[in-house]
Amino acid sequence: MAPYASDDSTTAGEADDLRSGRRKAARYVVPVTVMGVAAATIGLVPALADSGDPDLPKISAQQLIEKIAQSDVQQLSGTVKISTDLGLPDLGGLQSGLLSGAAGKGGDDGSSADPSTKLTELASGTHTVRVAADGPDRQKLSLLENAAEYSLIHNGKDVWGYDSKSNEVYHGTSPEGADKTREKDERDLPATPKDLTEEALKSVDATTSVTVDGTVQVAGRDAYKLLIKPKQSGTTVGAISVAVDAKTGLPLKFTLTPARGGAAVVDAGFTQVSFAKPAASTFDFTPPKGAKVTEDKKSGAEPKPEPELKPELKPEPEHGQRSPKSEGDLGKELDGLKTIGEGWNSIATFDTGGEGVPSGAGAGGDLGGFLGSLGDQVSGKFGKGTVFSTRLVNALITDDGKVYVGAVTKDALVKAANTAK
Amino acid sequence: MSRADVVPQSYATGEQALRKPSPLWTFGLLRNELMTTLRRWRTLALLGVLAAVPILVGIAVKIETSDGSPGGGHGSGGGGGGPAFIAQITNNGLFLVFTALAATLPFFLPMAVGVVAGDAIAGEANAGTLRYLLVAPAGRTRLLLTKYATTMAFCLLATLVVATSALAVGALLFPLGDLTTISGTRIGFADGLGRALLIALVVAASLTGIAALGLFVSTLTNSGIAAMATTVGLLITVQILDQIPQLHAIQPYFFSHYWLSFADLMRDPVYYDELVKNLGLQALYAAVFGSAAWARFTTKDVTA
Repeated sequence: MAPYASDDSTTAGEADDLRSGRRKAARYVVPVTVMGVAAATIGLVPALADSGDPDLPKISAQQLIEKIAQSDVQQLSGTVKISTDLGLPDLGGLQSGLLSGAAGKGGDDGSSADPSTKLTELASGTHTVRVAADGPDRQKLSLLENAAEYSLIHNGKDVWGYDSKSNEVYHGTSPEGADKTREKDERDLPATPKDLTEEALKSVDATTSVTVDGTVQVAGRDAYKLLIKPKQSGTTVGAISVAVDAKTGLPLKFTLTPARGGAAVVDAGFTQVSFAKPAASTFDFTPPKGAKVTEDKKSGAEPKPEPELKPELKPEPEHGQRSPKSEGDLGKELDGLKTIGEGWNSIATFDTGGEGVPSGAGAGGDLGGFLGSLGDQVSGKFGKGTVFSTRLVNALITDDGKVYVGAVTKDALVKAANTAK
Repeated sequence: MSRADVVPQSYATGEQALRKPSPLWTFGLLRNELMTTLRRWRTLALLGVLAAVPILVGIAVKIETSDGSPGGGHGSGGGGGGPAFIAQITNNGLFLVFTALAATLPFFLPMAVGVVAGDAIAGEANAGTLRYLLVAPAGRTRLLLTKYATTMAFCLLATLVVATSALAVGALLFPLGDLTTISGTRIGFADGLGRALLIALVVAASLTGIAALGLFVSTLTNSGIAAMATTVGLLITVQILDQIPQLHAIQPYFFSHYWLSFADLMRDPVYYDELVKNLGLQALYAAVFGSAAWARFTTKDVTA
């Protein structure tokens, strides 16, 4: 017998037996305690780190909106976390295909470094995006992926897209300087809470209530919370909450919650932000040796790649965020688009000419059946149709090819279709 | 707490002379353990397999791109297949280090570690040598710590074997030079080499969790094979569970969940969030299963 194994129960009396049994059990307290402490830490640290809402001077909603408008942050770098949960069926590539189809775009050129193919990924799931900006001429946006990264770099007149996974490069050009680009350049960073907020504020009118809803801390900075709420009923938008940095007026966090409750449809916020000037090397890009470079075909004939990027940079969820009013923008790209209703309840409608989208069970073929299975059959004075629902945007496609889309409930769509008839 | 605390009086008196082993003795024990582990054919075979992985990957990429086609070679718009960084290997051999680590980390490396860790206590018990080890005045806690240190040393050694083999193959088959980070910025070769070393260290640290788990399993049984099979089986189970989307709520607590975060060291600037999470998780696993192994081993009846 080993000398150190002497607490074997065989050598002990009955009392010792009990004692050594207890002693054995006592040792297991250590791993259990470690586990307990870890669980408590995981549970409590976020609660403790939440040091309460910061104390900031009172401000009116109007002042806060002006603050956002005046915000002129030229230099920043930070990490943004974007979660979108539209409740879309996971269609992967098909979804983006439909989207670009709907926006009237042709197919892409097959390069995986093309911004349009890449940024539609933001439309679903949770993504981490890094942003860096230094003035109007230099921005960088990187989409962090598993062991890879997609970077979109704008430096002077060059726009580079680099997909490290496939080692492919996309190159476009943009006109240098000029005030006109300013506005467009901001659109280069559609993922930032600022862009989302600007879109949301476009919809502010009589049908909307805007209030300042206390203060909050975002990414370690004190911020005001701006609450945008539709006054009407019938819309699927519950509320939009924006955290605005108290010092710079930059929106730091954007959350859109649906009327039916549940998790936010869109939640984009900085997890880390710095207003220091990013290192100049951040914006330097030379295509790596051996990388496949795709030149933007349009940049020769037309010196602005942005118009092409824009619709894709604002994929599906944006249609929701734009809220009904701004669907008008989208509408201009489609022929025969009309808007019914006002404010949040407005519904966009257009005629596909009866052949654009096979709808419902009435349309034959596999595609019709497939699409029909995704939606709900409805009927009314307008005839029959199929409603496709997401958590935010609902669409009614009637069997005669009319389409009604809006951030409104199913009933509101049917009602609109009935009145339109 | 030392084992002597629980030794009954009658034994303790007779042992005074043997007590208080010098610190050097711990080193001796560790050196002894290391030599025993490394001299096993099994260990050498495992290291051989690990060294072969980068050679195979390197040759495969070389053959595939020998007709002058650009890196990747997964057809147009592809790049989805294969381990991380594989598309960049043809342009810079250093990337073979990252690819090889990414290819071996999910299975080969932890399997090798699982074999060594599972064998640590149970193997001795199986061979009937455990009680002789305990006759020496090392104490069970010290022996356990030595075993864990040996396993961790093997983690580091295995990772370095993969990295070194990959670097050698990469330098032989492909050009070396400045490299492009996955964020698109360029860094010098020395910087890249530094990052490769850092990545190897992070990968080795990523394996400490499964090493502690294997050691705990090893104290539960007297059969070395059973302990290795259980450890490797747990590894495979966790890897499968980590792929099931419905389990996303508990996945962040799997020891393998953040393994591939080492690639974040190739971003510029480095993205630390997941790296820190990974290291914290490994420390937690090491603490929980290390102390569980200690609780089990110091109270266990050693009969073999």
